Amino acid sequence: MEVTITVNGVAHTNDVEPRTLLVHHVRENLGLTGTNVGCDTSSCGACTLHLDGEAVKSCTILAVQADGHRVDTIESLATDGVLHPMQQAFMENHGLQCGYCTPGMVMAAIGLLDENPNPTEEEVRYGLEGNLCRCTGYHNIVKSVLAAAAATNGAPA
Amino acid sequence: MSITEERPAAVIGTSMLRREDPALLTGEAKFTNDLNIPGALYLAALRSPYAHAKILSVDVSAALALPGVVAAYSGADLASLWAAPMPCAWPVTADMKNPPHYPVAIDKACYVGDAVAVVLAKDDRIAHDAIELINVEYEPLPAVIDLEDALSDRVVIHADAGTNKAYTWDLKCESHEGAVDEAFAAATYTVRERYIQQRLLPMFMEPRACASVPQPFGGDVTLYSATQIPHILKVMAALTLGIPEQQVRVVAPAVGGGFGGKLNVYAEELLCVALSRKHAVPVRWNEERSENSMSTIHGRGQIQSIELAADANGKLTAVRVRIIGDMGAYLQLVTPGVPLLGAFLYAGVYDIPTAYDFSCTSVFTTMTPTDAYRGAGRPEATYAIERAMDALAAQVGVDPMEIRRRNFIRKEQFPYTAFSGLTYDSGDHQAAADKAAEMIDYTGLRARQAAQNVEGSTKRLGIGVSSYFEMCGLAPSRVLASLNYSAGGWEAATVRILATNKVQVVTGSTPHGQGHETSWSMIVADKLGVAPEDVDVLHSDTALSPLGLDTYGSRSLVVGGVAIDMACDRVIDKARKIAAHQLEAAPEDVEFIGGTFSVKGSPDRSTPLAAVAFAAFTAHDLPEGVEPNLEAHVTYDPPNFSWPFGTHICVVEVDTETGAVDLQQYVAVDDCGNQINPLIVNGQVHGGVVQGIAQALFEIASFDENGNLLNGSLAEYMVPAACDVPPVTTGHTITPSPTNALGVKGIGEAGTIGAAPCVINAVVDALSGLGVTDVEMPASPMRVWNTINRAKAAAAATNNGGNS
Repeated sequence: MEVTITVNGVAHTNDVEPRTLLVHHVRENLGLTGTNVGCDTSSCGACTLHLDGEAVKSCTILAVQADGHRVDTIESLATDGVLHPMQQAFMENHGLQCGYCTPGMVMAAIGLLDENPNPTEEEVRYGLEGNLCRCTGYHNIVKSVLAAAAATNGAPA
Repeated sequence: MSITEERPAAVIGTSMLRREDPALLTGEAKFTNDLNIPGALYLAALRSPYAHAKILSVDVSAALALPGVVAAYSGADLASLWAAPMPCAWPVTADMKNPPHYPVAIDKACYVGDAVAVVLAKDDRIAHDAIELINVEYEPLPAVIDLEDALSDRVVIHADAGTNKAYTWDLKCESHEGAVDEAFAAATYTVRERYIQQRLLPMFMEPRACASVPQPFGGDVTLYSATQIPHILKVMAALTLGIPEQQVRVVAPAVGGGFGGKLNVYAEELLCVALSRKHAVPVRWNEERSENSMSTIHGRGQIQSIELAADANGKLTAVRVRIIGDMGAYLQLVTPGVPLLGAFLYAGVYDIPTAYDFSCTSVFTTMTPTDAYRGAGRPEATYAIERAMDALAAQVGVDPMEIRRRNFIRKEQFPYTAFSGLTYDSGDHQAAADKAAEMIDYTGLRARQAAQNVEGSTKRLGIGVSSYFEMCGLAPSRVLASLNYSAGGWEAATVRILATNKVQVVTGSTPHGQGHETSWSMIVADKLGVAPEDVDVLHSDTALSPLGLDTYGSRSLVVGGVAIDMACDRVIDKARKIAAHQLEAAPEDVEFIGGTFSVKGSPDRSTPLAAVAFAAFTAHDLPEGVEPNLEAHVTYDPPNFSWPFGTHICVVEVDTETGAVDLQQYVAVDDCGNQINPLIVNGQVHGGVVQGIAQALFEIASFDENGNLLNGSLAEYMVPAACDVPPVTTGHTITPSPTNALGVKGIGEAGTIGAAPCVINAVVDALSGLGVTDVEMPASPMRVWNTINRAKAAAAATNNGGNS
């Protein structure tokens, strides 16, 4: 089936098998390998990206369902060599170790702040419930998200 | 201005941000399954649905008929490809049973997930479609999942071995024969406990993946793999496949966590290499998560019996331990050695006489093989002694902190020669315990607990303590030899100053999230007086870094990092000769401070390292006998293990009506000696602690009686999410290691080692007023609730006993 999806601002038209998951389409047909696959049950959140500006697990969506929609991946965040504030916060707070869950975690965290720009620590912990990390114990991920929220709100991080 | 004032600020000890992060944060980093490999065929494996079954026939014809399928093979079809069975590098005893284990089972499947046939196809989806078309006829045999049942040999899994017992390994250390028995006979207090170390799944976030690219006319093969051990894998692939070692190159691209689960030589790696050579095209494999839970090693899996003898003061006088270790169906790379890594630690951080009796018997079962998982043997040992110390405290009637205080090896006893003959190089356990107690307000907590845990209270507060030794930095080669390990424990490093005074470091350690590039650049920056960003770190590719023993056992810094430090010293010595020549001074009169050579006492007679580096490059005017390079190579074999230690304290509130455990506070005080980068140290502690908490409260690989793993997906296996765990408050004492020049100790496994007993001690402490003395891991609500009810029933039975 032919689909046209605007990915990171560029319209891509491809012929895909109906069973193709959005994550596989993005990774294999468009070569955007920053979005990772960590499970086969939509549990880990490594494949989180933005569909029409909303954080979604791209293994739960077929490529054909995204036809005509806008998708933004981790590759879209940094511009002109400057990290997005959320990426910068993860770096400054050591919110990543192996980095495999990181693209999904960052996309989920941006989605979280879009909905709740000034979350409490507990709200961050529950807000990221769908994204698993095995390295950091979440301590510094939570710290990163709170720092990004503070930076975005102009408060001292 | 003196030379000293011009020195760049030291970077060691600062929380420098990680250079690895931008690539990982932007999606630029390439993990193995991100690699674009034109023309690659995809491998998929059909896995046995039976835990134990004879393979009567394998029919791949329907799979072969599927468009896009290139080949399909049974285990018998591939038997001629293997020069040797899959490797086990740790024959712990001369009579250890090591049944042959091939990448694809030939006549018998011995666990659910054992590969029985494989397919090569043009696309991953076609390969997976194809394996469903393979018809295998099995004759099911009884599963063996209980360790004591396995030991009975009711069902012998490997007929040629004749028994399920893989080995028995003893460590008996007595000042005189009978010392242990005498100590128990004379003891005022004895503790006898039995603990279960449940099987765990490593669940690193990046599933395994590998890709083999052959060059049939070039005569070599490159294996890309999500592995912790490219160097070991290279040797083992060469031996197992009968390929000359120099023709095998292994590359570990960005690797998404390992925790021991990628410390192995796996069937799929060998299959990709063998089939890529057979078909003369690249072959790749991407593990699915539900497949990972069957085909990647499991961790832990032990039944522990520990006995303590103590005098009237509660001072330990002897320790006796019996272990049954679950090997799973076969021995993987270091499977049999895991219990041995804990064997020396069942007296923990305590001063005991030479009266120690450890024995481990390990058995085969029809489950996925076990192997090293974060801590490997040491979390198990620490759990047993730290739980048993709380049981001893209860008997003696003293606080858990007090029983530890009475038994700690005291600061002034270091270096301490242990019962085993091992030397613990340094430590100050009381200081770490005191700091943890102060950070969490231990005294205040005990008062709060007394007020809260009154008769009838359904929300009971528990405080848990554990003190640990990590025993890491694997390892002195002579010690490994005495344990029958098949390799050494050294690490290699090369430091090379380029013409423009930029530095290349080649390391044999292989990061998969630990930030080695950042830390190694910091060590070199301080040593050579260059900026950290001028240091490049090359690793994880056997063509760039031919020598190495990789990353596991918290060895990277204390072995690999120390090797880099030593290589810097050798480069400086080499450069000193050139500098002396330029300065017309004797080398011994030239000192090197902050990147500049100068004549002692005449700081105006100086030359920067950059000038020396360029002189070495041009080679126009070098002293006699000096080669034109500034490069040094060091292979460092550590003289001792590394002995990080610490005390963790946590607070739980247990709801006795639901069994729910609310972990409210966690304080970890760890002493890893000097810290290169505190940011990274704390990150290791956070993650390690949460993996220990996960064992204590959430995780277990559950099998049914037929040997089926019941919770193999991430939807069922309870890896904690952010909302399941509390923040981890870290603190440190710093006792520099006298064993190495950097004064550093390992930290990668410390959190996991300290955490599980800390949490369970807290849960038991919360429920001690109800007669609960133990809760099996993981302390899930149902288990806790059942434990409470059993304790209540037992108490009621005792009360009624007098009336009936």
